[in-house]
Amino acid sequence: MWQLFTQNWQDFLTGFWHTILSSIIALVFSFILGSGFAILETNPNKFWRGVAKVYVEIFRNIPLLVVTMFFYLVLPKVLPAMNGFTAGTIGLTLYTSAFIAETVRSGLQSVGTGQMEGCLANGLSYWQAMKNVILPQALKITIPPLGNQFINLIKNSSVLAFVAGMDLMYQGDVIASNTFQTIPTYIIVGIFYLILTLPLSYYMQYLEKKLA
Amino acid sequence: MAIIDFKHVDKFYGGFHVLKDINFRVNGGEVVVIVGPSGSGKSTLIRTINGLERINDGSLIVDGKDMTDKSTNFNELRRDVGMVFQHFNLYANKTVLENIMLAPRIVLHRPEEENHKEAMRLLEEVNLVEKANSYPHQLSGGQQQRIAIARSLAMKPKVILFDEPTSALDPEMIQDVLDVMKLVAQEGITMVVVTHEMGFAREVGTRVVFLADGEILEDSDPKSFFDHPQTKRARQFLSKVISH
Ligand SMILES: Nc1ncnc2c1ncn2[C@@H]1O[C@H](COP(=O)(O)OP(=O)(O)OP(=O)(O)O)[C@@H](O)[C@H]1O
Ligand SMILES: [Mg+2]
Repeated sequence: MWQLFTQNWQDFLTGFWHTILSSIIALVFSFILGSGFAILETNPNKFWRGVAKVYVEIFRNIPLLVVTMFFYLVLPKVLPAMNGFTAGTIGLTLYTSAFIAETVRSGLQSVGTGQMEGCLANGLSYWQAMKNVILPQALKITIPPLGNQFINLIKNSSVLAFVAGMDLMYQGDVIASNTFQTIPTYIIVGIFYLILTLPLSYYMQYLEKKLA
Repeated sequence: MAIIDFKHVDKFYGGFHVLKDINFRVNGGEVVVIVGPSGSGKSTLIRTINGLERINDGSLIVDGKDMTDKSTNFNELRRDVGMVFQHFNLYANKTVLENIMLAPRIVLHRPEEENHKEAMRLLEEVNLVEKANSYPHQLSGGQQQRIAIARSLAMKPKVILFDEPTSALDPEMIQDVLDVMKLVAQEGITMVVVTHEMGFAREVGTRVVFLADGEILEDSDPKSFFDHPQTKRARQFLSKVISH
C-alpha cells in the first residue's frame, strides 16, 4: 500500500487538493446562500418566504447527484459548458445551502420575537436588527449543527467523481482502474477523507461542550 | 397640539374586534396610565402607537406622522417614540453598555465619545454603573428593566411607551423601577404606561384611561377615576385590583 501511495502520490494529492478546494468554495457560498434564504424564510413578507421555501424544498429533496448532473450535462445545452469541478462545486453549494438554510432558520426562530421587537422599538431597522442582534445569537446556537453540515459537505464532495471533477474520489477511481489495486487505493482515499473530517468532528464536539 | 391622536380607531385580529372606536389624545409631557382587565386590549393599543401593531380603520397620528400612511417611515418614528417591555427585551448578545450605545451609534450616528459619556450618565441615573460590562442574563429582572429604560432614554425620545414594565418582577424590585419611571416623568418626557401599579397611576399619572373589551370606558384625571369611577366595569375592576 505504501508503494501504491509513493508511486501515485501526485495523483492522490491532486485529488486531495481538489476536494479541499471544492469544499472550501462550497462551504463559503453555501453558508452565505443558506443564511440569506434562512433570513428570507423568517421574513414578514409572504412573497419572500414563499420564494425561500420553494428554493429550500427543491434542493433538499433532489439527490445531490441529480443537481450536479443538471449543471454538468443539462445546462451546457443552453449555456457555455463548464468543467466537472465547477459543475460539481455549484451542485454541492446549492444542495448544501438548502440544509444550511434549514439549520440557520431554526436558529433564527429560537432567538425569540422579543429580541426583534426590542430592536425595532429602539429605532433599528429590520436589517440592522438582523445584523447586530438576531443573526449573532442565531449563529451561536447554530454552530454545532452547522459543523455537522460542513462535515457532510466534505464527504458529499465525492460527487465530483461522477463528473470528472478531479477530486480525491475521482483520482482514486483512476488509480484503482490503472493499478487494479482497488482495496488499497480506496483505503488511502478513506484516510485522506478522515484527515479532513476527523479534526473537524472533534473540534465540533469540543465546541458543543463549550457552548452548552 | 397632541403628540398622539387616535380618532375612531378599530383593529381586528382576524374576525376578533380587539380595539373598538378608540378616541383619545395625549399631549406633550403627559403621563397617561392605561388600566383594564387582562385581555382588554391594552398591549395591542399601546403597540399601535409605535407601529408594532397596525390599525385597520380610523386615523392615528403620532408625532405628526400618519400611522395609516404606507409611506410613513416607522424606523424614523421609533427614534422619537421608545418602548419598554414587560420582559425587557435587552439584546442578549450585548453588554449593558452596548445595549445602551447600539442604537445611538448606528441609528443616530452619535460620535463614539459622546455616546459613551451619555451612556455612563444614564447608567448613573438608573444606579447601575457597576453593571456596565455585564450581560443581561447576569442581571436581576429589576436591573434589566432599569437598563431597558436607560436604553430607551439614550435615544432622547419625545415619548416612551411602557407595557406592564413591572409585571414580570419580584415584588422587592418593583419600587426601583417605578422610581426610575418617576424620574423619566420629571424630565418632561411624554409617557403612556400600561400598569397594574395603582399607586403609580395615582401619584405620577396625569390621566387614567380605563379599557375593557377593546373599548375606552373612562378617561379622566387619576383622582376622579379612583375616587369616583363612572362605570360599573371600572368599579368592579377597581374593587378587584385594590383588594389584591
Ligand atoms: N396576535 C394576535 N392574534 C390574535 N389574537 C390576539 C393577538 N394578540 C392578542 N390577541 C387577543 O386580543 C385580545 C387583547 O390582547 P392584549 O394582549 O392587547 O390584551 P391586554 O389587555 O394587554 O392583556 P394582558 O393584561 O393579559 O396583557 C386578547 O383577547 C388576546 O387573546
Ligand atoms: Mg398586555
